[in-house]
Amino acid sequence: MNAQMILIVRALGRLCIDAISALGRLVLFALATLSHVFRPPFYLREFFTALLNVGYLSLPVVGLTALFTGAALALQIYSGGSRFNAPEVVPQIVAIGMVRELGPVLVGLMIAARVTSSIAAEMATMKVTEQIDALVTLSTAPMKYLVMPRVLAGLMAGPVLVAVADSIGIFGGFIVATQTLGFNPATYILNTMNFLTSADILSSMAKGMAFGFIATLMGCYYGLNSGRGAQGVGAATKASVQAAAVLILAANFLLTAVFFTA
Amino acid sequence: MITFENIHKSFGSNHVLRGVNLTVERGESMVIVGGSGTGKSVLIKTVLGLIQPDKGRILVDGQDVTKVKRDAFLSRFGMLFQGGALFDSMPVWQNVAFRLQRGALKRPLAEAREIAIEKLRRVGLAPDVADRFPAELSGGMQKRVSLARAIAAEPEIIFFDEPTTGLDPIMSGVINELIREIVVEMGVTAMTITHDMTSVHTIADKVAMLHRGTIQWCGRQTDMAQSGDPYVEQFVNGRAEGPIETLR
Ligand SMILES: Nc1ncnc2c1ncn2[C@@H]1O[C@H](COP(=O)(O)OP(=O)(O)O)[C@@H](O)[C@H]1O
Ligand SMILES: [Mg+2]
Repeated sequence: MNAQMILIVRALGRLCIDAISALGRLVLFALATLSHVFRPPFYLREFFTALLNVGYLSLPVVGLTALFTGAALALQIYSGGSRFNAPEVVPQIVAIGMVRELGPVLVGLMIAARVTSSIAAEMATMKVTEQIDALVTLSTAPMKYLVMPRVLAGLMAGPVLVAVADSIGIFGGFIVATQTLGFNPATYILNTMNFLTSADILSSMAKGMAFGFIATLMGCYYGLNSGRGAQGVGAATKASVQAAAVLILAANFLLTAVFFTA
Repeated sequence: MITFENIHKSFGSNHVLRGVNLTVERGESMVIVGGSGTGKSVLIKTVLGLIQPDKGRILVDGQDVTKVKRDAFLSRFGMLFQGGALFDSMPVWQNVAFRLQRGALKRPLAEAREIAIEKLRRVGLAPDVADRFPAELSGGMQKRVSLARAIAAEPEIIFFDEPTTGLDPIMSGVINELIREIVVEMGVTAMTITHDMTSVHTIADKVAMLHRGTIQWCGRQTDMAQSGDPYVEQFVNGRAEGPIETLR
């Protein structure tokens, strides 16, 4: 009995130590990445390629998810609001829901699916095929050449994507509200504009930045630490997307708490 | 001159290198032989800092490799990786000219390209290969591109990790000749890993045999046949019976 207890405690202890050391490695990796932001050399071409992949090419999927989500949101708020005899709150709640929460979260999860996975798979394959070793022997630091451009692109593209998602989401709600729920277009727009504050928009952009950072960083981290062989690549990709999604949602909660519980 | 002093390296419980001592003189062509998985690639990677040894020192021209300025140090080396390790995101010429396009050795674009095409010609590839992507090339061509990249910046020391593995005998012969020519012509110090005896005969001045984590035998290539060492004997003659255990 006693021996069993010790075994259990020991297993728990090991789990905690592993979790904390994993977190520690991640934080060190993040700090190392940030420390490269202002130190040359800068690889502009890699940066613009990353910007294209993370930002521009994510636009269709981000736009579509935001459009449908905004539209569904309008329908739900209308039917929910009707129960309290307040169906006219649709524009306000759609705006606040999209800008404060759904826009950033949708963007975060979409780039975790699209960008984190592709970065992780690409870098893990490079690791497995010795391309990372080759980079180092050619006097090029993978941290600078591979990680920095992608993370910087994530930091910059994140807020832009969120702005797009917010706008298109609101637009989706607008279409549904004016076409099927009988809202007046001019009033709808006016209500939306008047209701949103600069704090809402600021928080949205801040979340976009944080999520862009997390998504790209996780891809790089798991890719560069990939195990060997095809299995290693698969495991790294899976782990990176999981970690990115969970961290994005956790960060979203934290940021919401920081911005809106004053 | 490269000196390995008592190098140890383990991966978990897998004790790969168990005290390697070896000296490679300047301008010498050293060939490392040994069975698969004996740690030949690991040994070479410790010189470049790609793998940190658990114990021991490596000196290049008397300087400890962990205490040198990395960029300047690495620019003295060229390496041909076992799998080629070409960057598949860029065309062949940019692979070859990689070092010439960035960092301390940066040249104008046109010049870098010209050098790349010249190096490709040196390894027997036509200029039209320059704009293809690595994935479009055959294994032998990839090896040659990799070779071109390794020599592009005129290194003093070159490592070749299994340059002929997976190639047909004729292509192997071509690559062996190429390496020999490059070594003689450029006067470089070379370390080549192989388990191909034809490579050994073409490339080597000296041969070292890695077995069970240590250097089992080291000597002139010409002395290899009369080494009197049962391990070398078995390897040279490719016999299944002998002191080297085989898994069957
Ligand atoms: N990065 C690594 N992680 C874990 N094990 C490794 C790593 N690199 C090499 N090994 C192990 O070390 C041993 C020697 O590998 P290697 O040097 O590649 O052999 P070879 O002599 O065929 O080149 C093998 O058992 C291999 O599995
Ligand atoms: Mg090897």
